[in-house]
Amino acid sequence: MALVDEELLERAPDDRRLPRVTPHRTGEIVRHLRSPKTLWCPGCSNGIVTRALVDAVLALELDPDRTCVVAGIGCAGRITAYLNWSTVHTAHGRALAVATGAKAADPGLHVIVIMGDGDCVAIGGNHLIHAARRNIDVTALVFNNSIYGMTGGQMSPTTFEGDRSTTTVYGNVEQAFDICELARAAGATYVARGTPYSYNRLAQLIAGGINHKGFSFVEAMVSCPTYYGRQNGIPKASDMMKRQHERSVPVEKFDLQGPRLHDRYPVGVLHHAEREEYTTAYAGVVARAQERSGG
Amino acid sequence: MTDAAQATTRAPEAVVVDLRLCKACGICVELCPKDVFDTDDLGRPVVARLADCTSCTFCERHCPDFAIDVVPARGRS
Amino acid sequence: MPQPRRLVEGNEAVAEGAIAAGARFFAGYPITPSTEIAEVLSRRLPQVGGHFIQMEDEIASIGAVIGASLAGAKALTATSGPGFSLMQESIGYASMAQVPCVIVDVMRGGPSTGLPTDPSQGDVMQARWGTHGEHSIIALVPSTVAECFDLTVEAFNLAESYRTPVILLSDATVGHMREAVALPTADEIRVAARGEPAVPPEDYDEVVSTVDNIMPRPALGSRYSVHVTGLVYDRSRGGVPATGAPSVAEGLGRYLREKIYHHRDAICRVEELEMEDAEVAIFAYGSVARSAKAAMKWARRQGAKVGLVRPITLWPFPTEAVEHMAEQVRTIIVPEMNLKQMSWEVQAAVAGRAKVVDHGRIDGKLIRPEEIQELIRTEFYYHRFKETS
Repeated sequence: MALVDEELLERAPDDRRLPRVTPHRTGEIVRHLRSPKTLWCPGCSNGIVTRALVDAVLALELDPDRTCVVAGIGCAGRITAYLNWSTVHTAHGRALAVATGAKAADPGLHVIVIMGDGDCVAIGGNHLIHAARRNIDVTALVFNNSIYGMTGGQMSPTTFEGDRSTTTVYGNVEQAFDICELARAAGATYVARGTPYSYNRLAQLIAGGINHKGFSFVEAMVSCPTYYGRQNGIPKASDMMKRQHERSVPVEKFDLQGPRLHDRYPVGVLHHAEREEYTTAYAGVVARAQERSGG
Repeated sequence: MTDAAQATTRAPEAVVVDLRLCKACGICVELCPKDVFDTDDLGRPVVARLADCTSCTFCERHCPDFAIDVVPARGRS
Repeated sequence: MPQPRRLVEGNEAVAEGAIAAGARFFAGYPITPSTEIAEVLSRRLPQVGGHFIQMEDEIASIGAVIGASLAGAKALTATSGPGFSLMQESIGYASMAQVPCVIVDVMRGGPSTGLPTDPSQGDVMQARWGTHGEHSIIALVPSTVAECFDLTVEAFNLAESYRTPVILLSDATVGHMREAVALPTADEIRVAARGEPAVPPEDYDEVVSTVDNIMPRPALGSRYSVHVTGLVYDRSRGGVPATGAPSVAEGLGRYLREKIYHHRDAICRVEELEMEDAEVAIFAYGSVARSAKAAMKWARRQGAKVGLVRPITLWPFPTEAVEHMAEQVRTIIVPEMNLKQMSWEVQAAVAGRAKVVDHGRIDGKLIRPEEIQELIRTEFYYHRFKETS
C-alpha cells in the first residue's frame, strides 16, 4: 500500500457513526446464500468477506427484493452464484458500468458491486474512476488479493514490487496501486479498507458504505494462499491473514513511517465526505427539462 | 464491538463443524485463541477442548466455508 | 393524429423512434456520424422522464445499457465502426444472457479510424459475427428517414419479443440526410411491452420460456430473484453457471439459436419491387438501395425487366427470399459499399441457380444509380449477345 500523504488524506470521521453490525449465526447467514458450497480454494478469504457482506446487509435490514449484486469476472465474481439476492455476473471489468446503468434506470435499487483487484483496477480501471467521479450511489466492494487467482496466479496491478507470480517469475518490477487512494482521488465520497481478520470491523465498514449515499469504495484485503501465498513464501491461509492483520494500522494511528510500501497500510474509514449524488442530480435535470418543455 | 470483546466468556453448548463443507484450510485450528481444536487425518478441525472455549465465535466468523456453528450455552442467545 | 410533415434528419428519426418505442435509457459516447442520436436523446429523454448518460467509452456505454435493461428499462446506444468494435464483447454478453437492447451502428468508412464522415456498409458482416462464439443476432437496415424511425421501433419490439440485442445498421448517408416526413406519434405504432413472466416468482425458472413462448426477463429489483451471467448457465436451475455439463452447454446454445431462427418468417422482412416478371434482380440495402431503386426504374423505362429485392432484415439472412429470387431471375446484381460482404451470403443461398454480379465501392462515396445502370446495361447486352451468337 502506498504511504499516505497527510495533506491528501483526510482523517477518518467518527467511526462510531458507522452502522452497528451484530454478526449472525451461520444458520441465518446460509439462509441468504443460494449455496454455501463454494468453488473457492481452501483458505481463500473470499468466503469470509461474503459472510461479512451478508451480515452488513442484514444489519441494515435491506429489502432483499430491492437489493442486487453486480460482479465482474474472477474468483470474487463467483459470489453471484452463491448469494440469494438478484445477481448479475458481467463481462470482465464491466461491473461498474452495468451497475451504473441499473442504478440510473432504477435509483431505488440497492446496488452492491463486487470485483477482484484485476476486474476493478486493471481492465475495469476506467469505469472505477468515472463511477467515483459521478459519485453514483453504488457500493463497490473490492476483494483485493494482489493476484489473478482464477486464471492461475498472474500478477495484478496490486501485486507488490518484488513479488513472484506466474508472469513475474523474476520478481515484479511494477508499483502496486493504492486502490483506496485511486478511488478517493477520482471522487469517491466513502473510502474504507478492512481485513477479514477483523471481521466485525469489516462488516461495519461494508455496512457504512452501503448506508452512505454516494459512491462508496470498500477494499477488503483477501488472501489467496494457493497462488499468491505459495509463490511468495507464505502458503498457509492463517499465516497470510495474521500477517495482513499485523501490517494493518488503524487510520487514526497511521503515520508516514515504514520502509516498504506494503508493510504498513491504514485500515478503517479513510475518507468520508458528502457531495451531491449522481441520480439525485439527474433528477434535477429531468425537472429542468420538463419545465422547459412545458410538460 | 471489537473481535476480542464479546458478551460472554462461557463455553458454548457445542461447536459444530459441518464436514461436508469444511475444506481443511486450518484457519479455525490455527487462529483459535484458546486452542480448542485438534485436527483429524484430513486436516479438518476436531473439537478437543470445548471447556476452554469462550464462545468468542472467531472460528465461526472466519470460516470461509460457513462450516462452523457455535451453539450458545443454554440461557444465552 | 400524426405530427406535421417536416424535414427530419435520419439520426433524429432514430432518436424519436426510440422514444416512441418506449426507450427510457440511453448510454453512449460521441462518435461521428452517430453523435446526433446522443445529442437529441440528451434533450428528449429527460423530457419524458428517461435517463441519458454520456459514458466514458463505448464499452461502458453498452455495459450501462445492459444494466439499465436488466433493471427494467428499454435501453439503447448509438455508435459507429470503431465504437461498434469496442462493444462487441458485451453484445455477445447480451446475446448469451438474453438482455433486450438496441445498438445503432451508423456505418462509416473503415477499418480503424477510416473515413469518419463518409458512408460505408463495411460493418454488415461484423454485425453478424463481430462478437466471439456461436451466437445469433438480429440486424435491420433502414434506407430512408421514415425507416430510421420505423425500424428503430421494430428493433425494440424484436429485442423485447426475442430477448436479444438488435442492431440497427444505418450509415453516414442515411443518418445525416434530411427528408420530409410526418413522424408517427406513440399511439399510432405498435409497441411490445416488457411485462413480467406469466408465472409467479416461486415457480419461475428460465426454462419456463420455450422457443414458442418466450417469457420476459424479470427485472432486477422486482419480486423475482434473477441470476444473470455470461457463463454457460442452466436454464432449469435458476440460471446459475453450469460449465461442467456438456449437455447444458449444447442445449443452451441451440435454444438461443432456435429462439430466433424458429421465428425467421416473422423476423425476416424484405421489400420486393417489380419482381413479378423480373429477369434480372438487384439485391441492395440501406442507402445503396435508393440508388438501386433509381437504376431499376431507369431500366424499366428502357424496357428491361429488372426488379429490386431489398432486405430490411439483414440478419438472420433472408435466405428464403433470396432462394425465391434465384428461381425467378437469371442474374442478381449486388452493389455494396464494401467488397462482397453480403454477396457471399447471396451466392450461398443462390447455390448456382443464377449468376451473381457484385459491385463494391469503399472510397466513402455513395454508389450512384449510373454505376448500377452500367451493370444492368452490360448484363442485358451480354445476354442479347449470348442469345444471338
